Amino acid sequence: MIAFLIKRTANAAFVMLAVALLAFVIFRFFGDPVEMMVNEQATQQDRIELRERLGLNDGFVTQYTRFVTNAVQGDFGISYRNQQDVMVLIKDRFPATFELVLVATVISLVVGIPLGVLTAVHRDSRLANILQLGSIIGVSLPSFVVGILLILAFSVSLGWLPAFGRGDTVDIGWWSTGLLTPSGRMALILPSLSLSTFQITLVMRLVRAEMLETLRADYIKFARARGVPIRRVQWRHALRNCLMPVITLTGMQIGNLIAFALVTETVFQWPGMGLLFIQAVTFVDIPVMAAYLMIVSFIFVALNTLVDITYAWVDPRLRDDAARAGGANG
Amino acid sequence: MNDIVLDVRNLRVEFPTRKGTLTAVDDVSLQIRRGEILGMVGESGAGKSMTGMAILGLLEPPGRIAAGSIHLSGDRIDTLDDKAMQTIRGRRIGAIFQDPLTSLNPLFKVGDQLVETIRLHTQLDKSQARERAKELMREVGIPAVDERIDNYPHQFSGGMRQRIVIALALSGEPELIVADEPTTALDVSIQAQITALLKRLCRERGTAVMLVTHDMGVIAETADRVAVMYAGRLAEVGDVDDVVRRPQHPYTRGLMGSIPSLQNEVEELQMIPGSMPRLNAIPPGCAFNPRCDHATAQCRADMPRINGAAGGVACWLATQGAPA
Repeated sequence: MIAFLIKRTANAAFVMLAVALLAFVIFRFFGDPVEMMVNEQATQQDRIELRERLGLNDGFVTQYTRFVTNAVQGDFGISYRNQQDVMVLIKDRFPATFELVLVATVISLVVGIPLGVLTAVHRDSRLANILQLGSIIGVSLPSFVVGILLILAFSVSLGWLPAFGRGDTVDIGWWSTGLLTPSGRMALILPSLSLSTFQITLVMRLVRAEMLETLRADYIKFARARGVPIRRVQWRHALRNCLMPVITLTGMQIGNLIAFALVTETVFQWPGMGLLFIQAVTFVDIPVMAAYLMIVSFIFVALNTLVDITYAWVDPRLRDDAARAGGANG
Repeated sequence: MNDIVLDVRNLRVEFPTRKGTLTAVDDVSLQIRRGEILGMVGESGAGKSMTGMAILGLLEPPGRIAAGSIHLSGDRIDTLDDKAMQTIRGRRIGAIFQDPLTSLNPLFKVGDQLVETIRLHTQLDKSQARERAKELMREVGIPAVDERIDNYPHQFSGGMRQRIVIALALSGEPELIVADEPTTALDVSIQAQITALLKRLCRERGTAVMLVTHDMGVIAETADRVAVMYAGRLAEVGDVDDVVRRPQHPYTRGLMGSIPSLQNEVEELQMIPGSMPRLNAIPPGCAFNPRCDHATAQCRADMPRINGAAGGVACWLATQGAPA
């Protein structure tokens, strides 16, 4: 298990170095940083001094090393647009995105898994067919359309829920949470629903496919032959054997959700990282873009690593094989 | 006649398909007494496993029991709904399946699977059930039970896993065990151990066993009586010694002739020409007649019937005196 952990962590670190290289290259070679930072009146002397101060005259490797060293310490430089520390901007925005993604993920699992089991267990019933059809619609509707439709229905027509913003937030340390205030929770509902629509259908279809496969397994029939009630066989014995791919999917998708939350965040004017990124793109605010790239990649890589480790935890066979370095089985 | 545990009468299992109804098991009657082991032999697709599944109430849809009855110690069970069968499976009828590698849920410790089964069928609490699980594991010959109980199925060898499966089958103290090819997936060296174990445990408990296999050797060593199946019907039923030494049905004789023996060295093993008919192409009359050397006009026209509960041979020639 330890060797497995070390190997996975080393892999992850290597990937992050590669991403950092990419982010660095963008930062360094997309236009001249000095030109973007100085104002019209700056003299040539000012420019040379700034260039020297930023260390832009150093060798490539030195600069890259400095970039990585700073990034590891959470220093991504100063935003061109509002002259603020990039990390401070991200820290402000990250909790909003994280809470949105977290709630969307929970919704997708809590709704998607039971729907998947139901459609697999009653696979020829009318309800299952309707759900299947619905899931195709869910998969194919772009999330901004879902968002706009939700706003139209629940904010404009019914007036039940806010159409934009985060509502009131409470600060816990540097983390600002909307989960603790009623208006914050209300504001979360529509964006997280809109973000999770696709996820729900994805989870549901995956669980359904896995369940259909698992329900044919010998150990399912044998569990029935042991007298285990059919519901327990379906929801305990079979479902547990289906969760592995669901864990993978969820892990991978959290990364995706964070990355693609920017669409939902734009529709709902949700003050998260996605919105920050969109604003940064409009202003060619390279340090913010580089930081966003680094952070989203880091979350991706970290989640992938976690998923692999969780695998080993859920499936005892993998746990042992790793421990015994693929030793003989049986 | 109170010691008759399983009484199957004129059982017919059908599979309605788009191309018409297939009859997988036809007119099968069987009885198994307390402590008796009935061997069911036949080729793949002869209907022996299907008979076992019908008894367990686990026929895969659209398969269904179309005719006949199944009584377990006097109680009719073929008409029960699935919910009622849940209280019979495991508690009154245990099951052992072919492949121990796939019969156990890979994600649950064997102890948990045992405890689950025990608690379903008894009033024991969790820790009592765990003790009982250990007891059963010791009984089926698993060493170092205290550690092994918390192992996962993949940590056991094939033979050990089949022992666990046997322990699971016994955990409800059933009256009947349906063992569907319990040794087929195992190494030859392990097969004998497993059959001996099964035989000993069932003898001790007086459990009736329906041992489904295509291996005549296993039958000869283990069973008290044999039922030979061919194309969904019974061909011959009788005491194991009679059937093995003096097979009467031409098909049974063919089966026996195709077994290599250590005593008589032969150049070439006998074989039965042709192959078993598919379920949708069973010939009229005796299903075996196209492959039988002695078939007569009667064999091609009328189906010979036997009452498997009493024993006998489903062959016109045998009932009219030994065929040449």
